Amino acid sequence: MSSFFSYLISGISLGSIYALIALGYTMVYGIAKMLNFAHGDVIMIGGYIAWLVFSSLGLPVWLAIICAVIVCVILGVVIEKIAYKPLRTATPLAVLITAIGVSYLLQNTALLTFGPASKTFTSVVPDSLGISIGGIDITGETIVTIVVTVLIMVGLTLFVNYTKSGKAMRAVSEDRGAAQLMGINVNRTISLTFAIGSALAAVAGILLCSTYPQIGPYTGAMPGIKAFTAAVFGGIGSIPGAMIGGIVLGIIENLSKAYISSQLSDAIVFAVLIVVLLVKPTGLLGKKINEKV
Amino acid sequence: MLKVDNIQVYYGMINAIKGVSFEVNEGEVIALIGANGAGKTTILHTITGLVAPKSGHVYFEDKDLTKIPPHKIVYLGMAHVPEGRRVFQQLTVLENLKLGAFSIKDNAKIEENLKYVYAHFPRLEERKNQVAGTLSGGEQQMLAMGRALMSNPKIILMDEPSMGLSPLLVNEIFKIIGEVSKDGTTVLLVEQNAKKALSIADRAYVLETGNIVMEGKASELLNDPRIKAAYLGE
Repeated sequence: MSSFFSYLISGISLGSIYALIALGYTMVYGIAKMLNFAHGDVIMIGGYIAWLVFSSLGLPVWLAIICAVIVCVILGVVIEKIAYKPLRTATPLAVLITAIGVSYLLQNTALLTFGPASKTFTSVVPDSLGISIGGIDITGETIVTIVVTVLIMVGLTLFVNYTKSGKAMRAVSEDRGAAQLMGINVNRTISLTFAIGSALAAVAGILLCSTYPQIGPYTGAMPGIKAFTAAVFGGIGSIPGAMIGGIVLGIIENLSKAYISSQLSDAIVFAVLIVVLLVKPTGLLGKKINEKV
Repeated sequence: MLKVDNIQVYYGMINAIKGVSFEVNEGEVIALIGANGAGKTTILHTITGLVAPKSGHVYFEDKDLTKIPPHKIVYLGMAHVPEGRRVFQQLTVLENLKLGAFSIKDNAKIEENLKYVYAHFPRLEERKNQVAGTLSGGEQQMLAMGRALMSNPKIILMDEPSMGLSPLLVNEIFKIIGEVSKDGTTVLLVEQNAKKALSIADRAYVLETGNIVMEGKASELLNDPRIKAAYLGE
């Protein structure tokens, strides 16, 4: 029984990382109406920056985190400006292909800069933070990941629901033209969304690399796809959906690894997604698509 | 106050507006009437920058709106109640109204505008915490108008405010348009309901397939045999 709880808790921790990444997917989808498939690779860049500053140069942790967040925010905003903004009125397929192109660009840039071999990532969480409750060992990474994720989720929910910028985001998400008539700068709102999503990606990257202490050019790819799955699972466009989707996905993945098969765990995760979409095509918390009357 | 100067608008190859010019003076209620597809909505969209004209200009108090980013236009004192209301369905009535005042920084001014809107639309105050998507069509029209008034506009552009509403509600909406005008806001009204529009307007322009074909005092147009035959069903 205690091993079950230990798998459950590490599942929640893994799911928290998926949730942080999924928030970036879902917010960008909700506001810019596009799937930013380069999002997973922004995580990888965040991981590399933290590795460079902390593991390689040996500078303090807080500096590594700040640098990773700043670089990812700039990267996210620049990607949007250069690659996606010119395609604002293009077909969704053109934007999707561009996003995949940006994803390869980021992976290959990392490959050229840091080489193909994975680097050992020094966890940003000190070992002393780990605790043991009733025979279950909980690592410091797990605790920090869950706490940080909860804080970010609460902060983001407050931001989106109660600040002027957050309300502007919701307005743009619903009706770009009407939002413009209110005086909302749509381009700036989209930039802000990419900035927030990329900052969350940086945090997720650091937490991911601390939990699984390696960083390579493809580190972000699979978690990116899983988080995208989580966002769809929870209902793409919905912030609480991304949170729940991410955590549920992490738990399913970890429990199937523990009790069914570690090779099959990814297949099980995607099978659950298929079942959910068959039963509820808009995802768990997905909004009904309003037809224009 | 507002001068539309020879605008041409294309949707792809289709020439939707073929050189339209007209003027709105301060304090007036101007009606733009015409059948479905005549280009009425396109003209309003061109004025507030949702559509860019191929040629021509739109001057508002001597500023060329075609050179101003669309989201800055409301800051100049122009509000637009779009066709089909386009209220933010998932936001509450109050959130919608507050977004209408997005261009205003002063909180006291926002509260004052809110009082003004509630005075004209008591129904909105009763439902302020309700999500806009759950309102009836008439209430959504009131919300769209209230939201526009929240920005304290000098001129308000209204696109088909009567669309899809019962005759009773249409009367109520037009009564409020009259009150808004009396309070000093200039009104540019686009309507298919020509009778209603002409009964409230000072002057009117008649639009047919992208051209203005008639213009004049609303009272005279109401009695014009051609208008009667084509738009008033008499």
